[in-house]
Amino acid sequence: MTHFLILRVVAKLLMPFILLFALYVQFHGDFGPGGGFQAGIIFAVAFILYALLYGVDLATKVVPEWLVRWGLAAGLLIYAGTGLLGLVRQSEYLNYSVLRDTPVAGQHLGITLVEFGVGVTVASAMISIFFAFAKYRS
Amino acid sequence: MALVIWFVIRLRNLFAVVILLGLYSLLAATLFVHLDAVDVAFTEAAVGAGISTVLALGALALTTSREAIPERIPLLPLFIVLIVGVALIYASLDMPLYGDATAAAHLHVAPRYIERSLSETGVPNMVTAVLASYRGYDTLGEVTVILTAAVGVVTILGTAVKSVKTSKQSSN
Repeated sequence: MTHFLILRVVAKLLMPFILLFALYVQFHGDFGPGGGFQAGIIFAVAFILYALLYGVDLATKVVPEWLVRWGLAAGLLIYAGTGLLGLVRQSEYLNYSVLRDTPVAGQHLGITLVEFGVGVTVASAMISIFFAFAKYRS
Repeated sequence: MALVIWFVIRLRNLFAVVILLGLYSLLAATLFVHLDAVDVAFTEAAVGAGISTVLALGALALTTSREAIPERIPLLPLFIVLIVGVALIYASLDMPLYGDATAAAHLHVAPRYIERSLSETGVPNMVTAVLASYRGYDTLGEVTVILTAAVGVVTILGTAVKSVKTSKQSSN
C-alpha cells in the first residue's frame, strides 16, 4: 500500500475542501440547492476517500466506529427532538413556528436543526455502511 | 442513456456494469438539471453516481465480479416484467404533459407553497422549505429509512467480523 503516493497527496489536499463544501451545502441549503442529504453524503465521501487510500484501520482512527454509530442515532434524535420541542411549546409535532418569538425565525431555526439532523444521520449511515463492507474482508 | 442501459443488460462483467450505472446516474443528473430540478440532480449526482458506485464496488469486492450465466431462460419473470412494462407504458399515456399548468399535481398544494413558503418560513429555497417544514413527517420517515438501512448492513456484516474476532481470540 505504498504505491498510491500521488493519489494520497491529492486526497489529503482535497479533503478539507470536500469537508468545507459539505458544510456549505449543509448550512446554505436554505438559500441554494442542497440540504442535509447531499451534505451528509459529501461529508461521508471525504472519509471514504481517506479510507480507500489510507486503509480502513487508519480511517477508523480518524472517525471511530462508536462515533459513527452514535451519530447514526443522534441525527434522527435531533430531528425527532426538534419535532418534540413543538409539542413542548404546546403546538403540533414538527411545527417549528413556535420555536422562536416569530414564526419565521422559528421556522428557520427548525429547518436548520432538522437539516443538521438529516446530515448527521446520512453521513454516519454512509460511513458505517462503507466500514462494514470494507472491514468484512479483513 | 438507453445505450448505457443496453450495455448494462448485455455485459457479464459486473465491474463494468457498476461503472456504467454510475455513468447512467450522472446522465440522469444532467437530465434533472435540464428539468430545472437542481436539488434532485444534486442528490442523484452525489448518491447515484458517487456513493452507490463505491458501495457497489465494495459489494463486488466481497462477492465476485462475474455474473453467472443462467441455465435456462427465466420465462415467468420475463412474462411478469413484460406485463408490468406494458401496464406502465399504458398508464403513462394518461399522464399530463410536462409543464402542464392544469395538471392535478400543480393544483392541489403547490400554489400555496409557491405563494406563501417564503413569507411563512423565510427560506428562499422552496424545495428545502417543503422538504423540511411542510413535509417534515416524510423527511423524518426518510431519515428513519436510512438509519434502518445502515443498522441492517452493520448488523449483517458487522457482527460477522466480531464473531470471527472472538473465535480467533478464543482459539488463541
